Amino acid sequence: MNLPRLYHRLRLTARSLHSSANGQQVEKVAVAVDPDVPSQVSVFRTSENDPTCHTELHAGQYYTLPPAHMRTLFPHGLPPRFQMQMKTFNEACVMVRQPALELITCLRKADYSEPALRYVLYGEKGCGKTLSLCHVLHFCSTQGWLVLHIPDAHLWVKNCRELLPSSSRPGRFDQPIQALNWLKNFKTTNEHFLSKIKTTQRYVWTKRESTEEGRPLGELVDQGVSRVKSSSDVVGALLRELRLQAGGAAEGAFRLAVAVDGVNALWGKTTLKKEDKSEVLPEELTLIHNLRKMLRNDWCGGAILTTLSQTGSLFKPRSAYLPMELLGEEGFDNMDPFVPIPVSNYSDKEFESCYLYYLDRNWLQHPHSRTEDGKKELIFLSSRNPSILERLCAFL
Amino acid sequence: LTCSSGRTVTACIYSLAFPLQLLSRQICVSSAAWRKNLAAAGPEKFSEEYIKKQVEEFNIGKRHLANIMGEDPETFTQEDIDRSIAYLFPSGLFEKRARPVMKHPDLLFPKQTAVQWGEDGRPFHYMFYTGKQAYYSLMHDTFGKVLALEKYQDSMRNKGLFTKDTRQMSLTGSRWLLKEELEELLVENISDHDYTRFLQLMERLLSMPYCAMEEEFVQRFRRQLEVQSSKQEIPAVQHDENGVAFSQAEGRRKTAKASIKLRDCGTGSITINGKSYLLYFPVLQDREQLMFPLHFVDMLGRFNVEASVEGGGHCAQAGALRLAVSRALLSFVSAGEMESMRQAGLLTPDPRVKERKKPGQAGARKKFTWKKR
Repeated sequence: MNLPRLYHRLRLTARSLHSSANGQQVEKVAVAVDPDVPSQVSVFRTSENDPTCHTELHAGQYYTLPPAHMRTLFPHGLPPRFQMQMKTFNEACVMVRQPALELITCLRKADYSEPALRYVLYGEKGCGKTLSLCHVLHFCSTQGWLVLHIPDAHLWVKNCRELLPSSSRPGRFDQPIQALNWLKNFKTTNEHFLSKIKTTQRYVWTKRESTEEGRPLGELVDQGVSRVKSSSDVVGALLRELRLQAGGAAEGAFRLAVAVDGVNALWGKTTLKKEDKSEVLPEELTLIHNLRKMLRNDWCGGAILTTLSQTGSLFKPRSAYLPMELLGEEGFDNMDPFVPIPVSNYSDKEFESCYLYYLDRNWLQHPHSRTEDGKKELIFLSSRNPSILERLCAFL
Repeated sequence: LTCSSGRTVTACIYSLAFPLQLLSRQICVSSAAWRKNLAAAGPEKFSEEYIKKQVEEFNIGKRHLANIMGEDPETFTQEDIDRSIAYLFPSGLFEKRARPVMKHPDLLFPKQTAVQWGEDGRPFHYMFYTGKQAYYSLMHDTFGKVLALEKYQDSMRNKGLFTKDTRQMSLTGSRWLLKEELEELLVENISDHDYTRFLQLMERLLSMPYCAMEEEFVQRFRRQLEVQSSKQEIPAVQHDENGVAFSQAEGRRKTAKASIKLRDCGTGSITINGKSYLLYFPVLQDREQLMFPLHFVDMLGRFNVEASVEGGGHCAQAGALRLAVSRALLSFVSAGEMESMRQAGLLTPDPRVKERKKPGQAGARKKFTWKKR
């Protein structure tokens, strides 16, 4: 951030807070309006935008995602409410929180010649699991990893208009539209890897089309994008290639980050029906089947980061948030062993920081919400849950 | 009964206190006409003798009842009677007024006026022919007092002792009689207009300087207002093993019943039926209801609440919890704050329940489709 803009923003903040005549806020800003300490603009924001350098010191503070990274990394990854907030505030600010920091430390220290470790972020509804995952993915991409991000696995098990019987295998079903969308987004995210990685096997799609051995991955992806019917199989082939080549040979060595949000969808039920009105099991869907193979820890050179989600889940009660409840027996056995990382509601400091951020962005318009009383009311009504707080402040 | 049994039928048939059998015997009509006459005249009224007999029977019955219950007949009060009757005649009826009751006849029989005229047919009271003799005589007396006060004022002025700052009556904490109460006092029906005129006259009396002289007359028509908050029950503060103060209270709303334990811990967490209140009440309105009593006394982050609630829907449960929390807070709050809580409506149980569905209608108020033909 260049200094003139910093000063301007400081002055604006100071002016708006002075006019609200709140003694406490003025104190805090007075501490921060010190031109000798430019990296601490205010108590809730940090200028450290590189997740590699995030440490415990930055816990509870907001950092800004650079817009350039945004478009490549997260074409589809951010939750819809966060995208709306981004559009309103004209910036993408994510809070640095304890679970994400823990995960980043684990990733730094992990040994990548061992089979991939599985991490599961779990917590109550609206705690910030998806955003923590996005923070970690930002870290991974700055480190130069290949990011395989499935934004919401639940989208693949429900609301599918076209369900085609699979061309390659008899018992399976394809989902061309979902596979197509995902391939397009994958292409946007990992442009630079597509030319480097080569296929190891010949894939035959139809009588006339096939992809030879040694062709760049980009061709595989284009094949899927242009020929919609075989897109699900392309996804399967892609996953297989990446699995084989992650962390392998020295010259094209890359680390693979598999990020699945809502992993409990893979072992739950679907709402899709076959033509004879019988239910489709998740195994019978090509995309799910291939993804399950990906999540097995029989490959090295990467990490598997997952999140449990009750929000999009089918047939699970609202109060369920523990891995056992959401994954079910089968899912738990498949995912076992994994590293569970709990995500909880805001602590006092984090709540303070969120509140100051909203004040700074002039999101809390109501004069009562700027008082101490109003803050206590907000704490009570939202019980420090991030998503409930966000919804509450939306109409204040 | 002071009637003239030897009287022949005259224009005074339409007096209310006469038993009609006497008259019909004079006329010697057939029994069919006699029956028709009875219906036309209205229900049979109770005579003085009859009521006296009832009173004696009641007293004897009271002594018998005391003997049955094995208690002392001399010190047998009305409450004891009610208790014994409820024990001896248990009733499953919901309407309390339909259950068997044993009370003094003065309370049970409606008050009625004695016969207003003498043997010669001349009424006793000089205002009988106004129709509402008690009311008009009251108005006349009151106005007489007004005139007397004016005369007294004039006499004081003449003597030169007229002062405006005489002793004033204290009227705070009391209210005028209601129309029903006045009707009960005068034992006759009054219209709304009459009642208004009465109040206006009383106010006029009170506006005069020397009205303190008529204090006892005026106080007969005023009733004390009860101080509401003195009746409030405050739950006792107990201490558990760690020395933390807590209080228990219950609340009800519609069909929901809630019972809570309010602990003076300092975290501000609320658990309902074992779940966090955020999960139990996803709707914002319910959580706001829960917040209201704590926010009103500014003790939001101070207490821990453990609640169990059952019955009703989510709004009813939230209302029940709110009442329970307010009641539990009474033991941690000063008397002035308790009064302000009562005025805010936090301590009043909501009397609204679901209204009964009536036959001939689709719901409590909704009627079936009206067809013109």
